[in-house]
Amino acid sequence: MTSTTTKPGAAIAPGTSDAALIEIAHLDKSYGAFKALEDMQFELRAGEVHVLFGENGAGKSTLIQIICGVQPFDSGSYRLFGETLSSLTPALAHAKGVSVVFQEFSLIPDMTVEENLFLGHEITSGGRLAKSAMHKKVQAVLDRLGFHLDSSARVSTLRRAHQQMVEIAKALLWDCQVLILDEPTASLTDHEAAQLFDIIEQLRSEGLGIVYVSHRMPEISRLADRVTVLRDGKFIATVNKADTSEKELVQLMTGRTFDEFFPHIQRNPGDTVLAFRDVTLQSGLAENISFSVRRGEVLGFAGLAGCGKSEVLRAAFGLEAVETGAITTGGTKLDNNSPRKALNNRICYLPSDRATEGLAMHQSLIANSTIAALDDPVFSLGNMLLNRRAETSFTEKMIDKLKIRTPGLHAKADQLSGGNKQKLMIARGLSREFDVFLFDEPTVGVDIQAKLEIYDVIKTLTEEGKAVVIASSELAEVMHMSHRVIVMREGEIVGELDGDAVTENALLSHFFDHGDQDTDQPQGHPTS
Amino acid sequence: MTAHAAIPESRTSKVLKAIGILPFVLVLTCVLLALYEPRFLRVSNLINVLRNASFLTIISAGQMLVIIVGGFDISVGAIVALTSVSSALSMVGLSSMGIESAGVIVLLGCLMGLVPALAVGIANGFLVSVLKISPFMVTIGTMTIAVGIAGYVTGGTPIYDMPELFTREIGRGKFLRLPYIVYAAALVLALLWFMQNQTRLGRYFYAVGGNEKASRLTGLNTRKYIWLAYVLSALLAGIVGLFLTARVGSGEATLGSNLMLESISVAVIGGVALKGGVGRIQMVALSAIFLAVLSNGMSLARIDSKYHIIIIGLVIVFAVAAESFRESRRNKHV
Repeated sequence: MTSTTTKPGAAIAPGTSDAALIEIAHLDKSYGAFKALEDMQFELRAGEVHVLFGENGAGKSTLIQIICGVQPFDSGSYRLFGETLSSLTPALAHAKGVSVVFQEFSLIPDMTVEENLFLGHEITSGGRLAKSAMHKKVQAVLDRLGFHLDSSARVSTLRRAHQQMVEIAKALLWDCQVLILDEPTASLTDHEAAQLFDIIEQLRSEGLGIVYVSHRMPEISRLADRVTVLRDGKFIATVNKADTSEKELVQLMTGRTFDEFFPHIQRNPGDTVLAFRDVTLQSGLAENISFSVRRGEVLGFAGLAGCGKSEVLRAAFGLEAVETGAITTGGTKLDNNSPRKALNNRICYLPSDRATEGLAMHQSLIANSTIAALDDPVFSLGNMLLNRRAETSFTEKMIDKLKIRTPGLHAKADQLSGGNKQKLMIARGLSREFDVFLFDEPTVGVDIQAKLEIYDVIKTLTEEGKAVVIASSELAEVMHMSHRVIVMREGEIVGELDGDAVTENALLSHFFDHGDQDTDQPQGHPTS
Repeated sequence: MTAHAAIPESRTSKVLKAIGILPFVLVLTCVLLALYEPRFLRVSNLINVLRNASFLTIISAGQMLVIIVGGFDISVGAIVALTSVSSALSMVGLSSMGIESAGVIVLLGCLMGLVPALAVGIANGFLVSVLKISPFMVTIGTMTIAVGIAGYVTGGTPIYDMPELFTREIGRGKFLRLPYIVYAAALVLALLWFMQNQTRLGRYFYAVGGNEKASRLTGLNTRKYIWLAYVLSALLAGIVGLFLTARVGSGEATLGSNLMLESISVAVIGGVALKGGVGRIQMVALSAIFLAVLSNGMSLARIDSKYHIIIIGLVIVFAVAAESFRESRRNKHV
């Protein structure tokens, strides 16, 4: 800690434009039995934007983590700046000139913007932090990027979009030759994203190699020079953007044509089982919400992240306090709603954050699948003891029915992949009789195969006469899975579309307030 | 679009956010105490309070460092006892070896006294940072071992016959009417303040405790800083052990048994967040003074010592409740 300044990337001669900055060949990486990457190939040249394209769970994040030294790889070759590497640490990668903007925030919430930007590379003089020098440098970088951020604000007080800007500034604070951006626009508004694209184009012209992870088509068509498609941990193809169409890319990504992706769900509306009347939440995140859902139909909630759609679902399950209005289920009014009450009124909620709200990660599959129904006579002996045999046979049945891929009945929940965790939660939902299933982001973090299987479960539930509510940020998903779609914006319902009226254009026009051009419009929309 | 969400704030709430309510509570306590019991303001009494606060400050400073990196050090009290025993034994041993100079004996004795403390700190740090064992269990384990060793070595009887230089000069000596321990605490306060505010090391302690994964992604050697925090905590506890031994005049295996709870209390009351990543040495020092004043006041008011613990317990619960209340309110805004 004696050096006065560290300047990652400075030691490396400027790359020549035809040389490959990164060359990866035949690279394998497994986590236990799970093959995260198989025979992976990737090449990044100076002065190009190379998009990594694939579904969640396709292996994009793993590849990035290997490139920047967070994860080791099992076999294969990785050449960085023409040098074959066997072991790499994040610090070494950074020193060589690889900067990363992670999707998962790598900021320390209780520290200020400036402290975060310099973390690990503070400028010091004589052992003391050179605070004014750092402050000047931060201002210079923020000005260059056009970000209006208060560098002395604590990160935990910033909105997500601003935290994202801090991440980007952190990566660009130092000279680098390779910049990796993992879904950088996920929480940026249109305006902010446009700024970012300008910066990316500028950096490309300065000769940086940029790896850009995204599944948003508009960004890819604007930025990409080449696109590498991944599916289920395998390399599918590297294509020049100029030579391909969006349709082709989606087909490469999903491995199937678009029409057969979503199941057709029969609609047989029965009696109303859940209704909201003028519900306003105490948190203020959703206001004047009124809707009802009937047996045998799928109701979708669409809208941008943070529009209040998931809060509506949480309120139905008693996880958000209601200020005014009424929630009724099958005629009974749910006052002072709580999860216990909601369960007793046959409402089942499947949270989006499975790790913290969904499953007991260190418990077995059996314990997880029956925990909500242990008071059911089926699972108890004489109302006192657990009926272990019934639990086991139920779990076995569910593993079979939902095609849960697991090392065994007694495996712990955290040994499962994202999709199988979701299926385990569905199994729990099937452990007792429910009328209403509330899915909050049912397929976030789930691989393609599991996604299809989850869609099938939703189809079966609906056709068996359950009411299903889906809140999803993935436009294609709500659009194709739902019979009716309610669009929310800033905590209010701004539109409801039924049957054939549910089209992408109709949905999108509700997403954004076209009456007021000055508002910040969030960027892009999911693949479709 | 401004940089941060505009939460309307009154001036008082800003001030409260910056320094917390502790200074006000401290001043209020002192004023009430002075009104109720004028003896509180006697110089000899104030020096006494300051001395106790100094012991607390040093040991809590170490506890604070460990809590900032997301850990917990239960073993500090046991380290005090172990240091007491090992330094006393070393001094007795050195003088029986025929070394004449008391200065040499005291110096070597103190250094040798700190060796076991250092060993416990290194062990704690290794087990927590490298083997990833829960800090709570690790330090309970090392605490038990340290207490056991100290008890075994002494056989339960105090060790006397240390040089006068140690027991009289260091233990009871004063400079400008203040005991040496006060200067030691001031030095610790100054050094840690400098570290926390002016050096990379301070930043890294906060970063590791605030988000260990993110720190690793940034390229920090998170293990090193966690390890270092435990070593520093043990060394600070060792220093407290030396001063306490000098003050009581004998090496005792039961010394400092209540310091573990007190150091955690002081840290928590001083706003060190148990989740890690937050905590400032100046607030910890203030909190140590507050706790010393509180105990002193209760003694002066002739409150039964059994009630002391109850009241201090209530203060701790209140402090933790206040912290979590602040935390949940802050989360609501974001």
